[in-house]
Amino acid sequence: MSEAVAHDDHDHGPEKGLMRWVRTTNHKDIGTLYLLFSLAMFMFGGAMAMVIRAELFQPGLQIVDPHFFNQMTTMHALVMVFGAVMPAFVGLANWLIPMMIGAPDMALPRMNNWSFWILPFAFTMLASTLLMDGGAPAGGWTMYAPLVLQTGDAFPYLIFAVHLLGISSVMGAINVVATIMNMRAPGMTLMKMPLFVWTWFITAYLLIAVMPVFAGAVTMLLTDKFFGTSFFNAAGGGDPVMFQHIFWFFGHPEVYIMILPAFGVVSAIIPTFARKPLFGYSSMVYATASIAFLSFIVWAHHMFTVGMPLAGELFFMYATMMIAVPTGVKVFNWVSTMWKGSMTFETPMLFALGFVIMFTIGGFSGLMLAITPVDFQYHDTYFVVAHFHYVLVTGSIYSLMAAAYYWMPKWTGNMYNEKLGKIHFWLSTIFVNLLFFPQHFLGLAGMPRRIPDYSVQFADWNMISSLGGFGFGLSQLLFCYIVYATIKGGEKATDRVWEGATGLEFEQLPSPPPYHSFTTAPEVK
Amino acid sequence: MLRRISKLIAALSVGMMVTAPSAFAGYMDTLNMTEGVTPISQEVYDLHMLILWVCVIIGVVVFGAMFYSMYAHRKSRGAVPATFHESTKMEILWTILPFVILVGMAIPATKTLVFMSDTSEADISIKVTGHQWKWEYEYLDGDAQGINYISSLAADSRRAIYADPMKVDNYLLDVDNELVVPVNKKIRFFLTASDVIHAWWVPEIGQKQDAIPGFINEMWTEIKQPGVYRGQCAELCGKDHGFMPIVVRAVTDEEYARWIKEKKGANVAMEAAADKVWTSDDLYAKGEEVYNTQCVGCHQLNGMGIPGTFPAINGSPVATGDVSSHMDIVMNGRPGTAMAAYKNQLSDVDLAAVLTYQRNAWDNKAGDTVQPADVKGVR
Repeated sequence: MSEAVAHDDHDHGPEKGLMRWVRTTNHKDIGTLYLLFSLAMFMFGGAMAMVIRAELFQPGLQIVDPHFFNQMTTMHALVMVFGAVMPAFVGLANWLIPMMIGAPDMALPRMNNWSFWILPFAFTMLASTLLMDGGAPAGGWTMYAPLVLQTGDAFPYLIFAVHLLGISSVMGAINVVATIMNMRAPGMTLMKMPLFVWTWFITAYLLIAVMPVFAGAVTMLLTDKFFGTSFFNAAGGGDPVMFQHIFWFFGHPEVYIMILPAFGVVSAIIPTFARKPLFGYSSMVYATASIAFLSFIVWAHHMFTVGMPLAGELFFMYATMMIAVPTGVKVFNWVSTMWKGSMTFETPMLFALGFVIMFTIGGFSGLMLAITPVDFQYHDTYFVVAHFHYVLVTGSIYSLMAAAYYWMPKWTGNMYNEKLGKIHFWLSTIFVNLLFFPQHFLGLAGMPRRIPDYSVQFADWNMISSLGGFGFGLSQLLFCYIVYATIKGGEKATDRVWEGATGLEFEQLPSPPPYHSFTTAPEVK
Repeated sequence: MLRRISKLIAALSVGMMVTAPSAFAGYMDTLNMTEGVTPISQEVYDLHMLILWVCVIIGVVVFGAMFYSMYAHRKSRGAVPATFHESTKMEILWTILPFVILVGMAIPATKTLVFMSDTSEADISIKVTGHQWKWEYEYLDGDAQGINYISSLAADSRRAIYADPMKVDNYLLDVDNELVVPVNKKIRFFLTASDVIHAWWVPEIGQKQDAIPGFINEMWTEIKQPGVYRGQCAELCGKDHGFMPIVVRAVTDEEYARWIKEKKGANVAMEAAADKVWTSDDLYAKGEEVYNTQCVGCHQLNGMGIPGTFPAINGSPVATGDVSSHMDIVMNGRPGTAMAAYKNQLSDVDLAAVLTYQRNAWDNKAGDTVQPADVKGVR
């Protein structure tokens, strides 16, 4: 041990200058890079959503042509899924997992650097397609064959961008698994880990399992387009529906990749502000694992209308309905955590509660969509659009907002402006419901999704939805300002930050934590 | 804080009332799914309402408990936190109870699904083929056997896209040739596609099914009330996905018989027209009509296409050069692109006319005509 003591004077801060960010292997720096990158992508993807809502503001085509509209819906989804939500959760994992389990850093720091730095290149490649002949990919983010094979020059760029994103995600996931498996502080048994660590642990396995499947599917598209294969071409003996099966075998676990860490975030925040321990910790862990397992056997509920045999439709309906059970357990546990607590409603708590309520609304519409015969009416309508935006925006994104407000004082050492935070919450919540709730009505009334123009009976709700969209988009500029202002300065945060906060990062580290924390493992009782 | 929020909400709702007044007055009936006009759509609607109400009740209970807790168990009211944090009994209860509710939903859902999937013993069979971006209907049996036509977006809707949609009846939900079917007959649809995946959906019929190239899907319906029912393609199929509507006209048996007679008469007239020699003016006029429903989606009214995606016809060497290669592209399409093979979609007259039009419209001055007989010759 004397050697370790002798090395103490080598403990250094960050490198000076911009190269710090390029060369860094520090989990906090990389976490910051991930989070800022995902915020930038959130605004970029959001700008495309604004184009979509502007075109849909009234019937007729006023702003863009249908082909460009399809490029916008496709790119909006790709950027939000792979550029905003997923990297943001990886950013949280980088910042928090080592601090929560008492590790000095991630297990594989150089790979960590690499998995981040792939992203800007992948997205530059993807975004460059907007300037190409024939425009960006316009066949939907689901890239269904044969339509996606009609993509112009953008096609190979799309495929390679997806490959790069997959490589980045898998490396990030391997890092999470290796860190959690090997670097927990003495006494930090698996069942003592914070739920955020647990949910990421399970998410990482999902990523490792499905990202290669996705890479395989898009590679088959590539060879179909350029090398004369017929995987998805019926005229050559292939099967266009097989692409959908492979895609959704990736795609459904992907949905949970974007929501399980959100469960972890909310399970950290609600106990803090209810000043009461999380109710049913172990059943929360088991519920997360059950959801992860079920996510592998429900994929075809995205394709009830492709003409599967009756037995197939029934199996996927029953399996999908089953997901409501563990998800319900989670919601009940959160409510029980609040019950008889002593609650205060700072911004992170507001976003967490907003998450529970609006994610549950998305869960209800999800249950409705699971019922195959009724899904024939809902499928590919705005009802589906409303459903997945409730679970993704007021679900995943809200949990990310909650996490940002909750941990930013710990990360920066500065409190954010509570008044502005609350204004941000209320503006977002009012506008997001104005944006997405009417889309349930539009879908039920018969408006298909992914159309640039619509019949006049859909005009009013579309206008309201667009107004909500503009409001929600503008409100996020306030969030950007709050983040900027908090990094710059502000009232100093205490080490504990929140009265009811628990966990190693709040109990054993100062705010902000030193560049290298837990160089000596803490003791966990 | 609370007062400021309520002020904000009030201001917002006033703003909404001003900008979209009819939303609150006129369209309260467009909030829910249609009950439709078929036994299937009725069952689906009932199932939808059942599950909606179950969700509403669960929502009221869960959110009720949450809101009560947020009100009663707040620090500002002096609440002291309890310390309980687990109860196996509760966990088992709220695992079993939802499961039982789900079984209660699954039973009627299974019954409906089994009912929907039985396409046997149909009275009439119709093959529906999706093309980018129009539908083709072919009657496979009965008196209507042999009737086969294309159904595209109505011309007045197309003209209104960049003009004034409010002034057109059934904007984007109207076609040139409706699908006509008799009421109270079991109709079986065979769905397929020629290029990419489409989906055939009319909400009042209560069924949606993908039309997939190389595959044939089946579904059935039995329409109970005469009327006109409108729907749209529901699977993203490229640029004009939003512009390929479906119109089904359900009629009595007598009207159906009359329609068959008319349609077959029109076919005979069309064949006669194909045998005569047309003047170039007649071909040009007819060709303009065909171009403006069939080609305009990609190649645009001015024939300039969309650079990088859809090639221009105006000034194209194909449309001004050798007739046979022009004819070949229009009739056989360009594999691997959105250019379809029109020989199966258009009649000899229509093909001859549209070829003539393309060769002489805008700046194109080929000066020649293509006769229906020429087209027939290369079929």
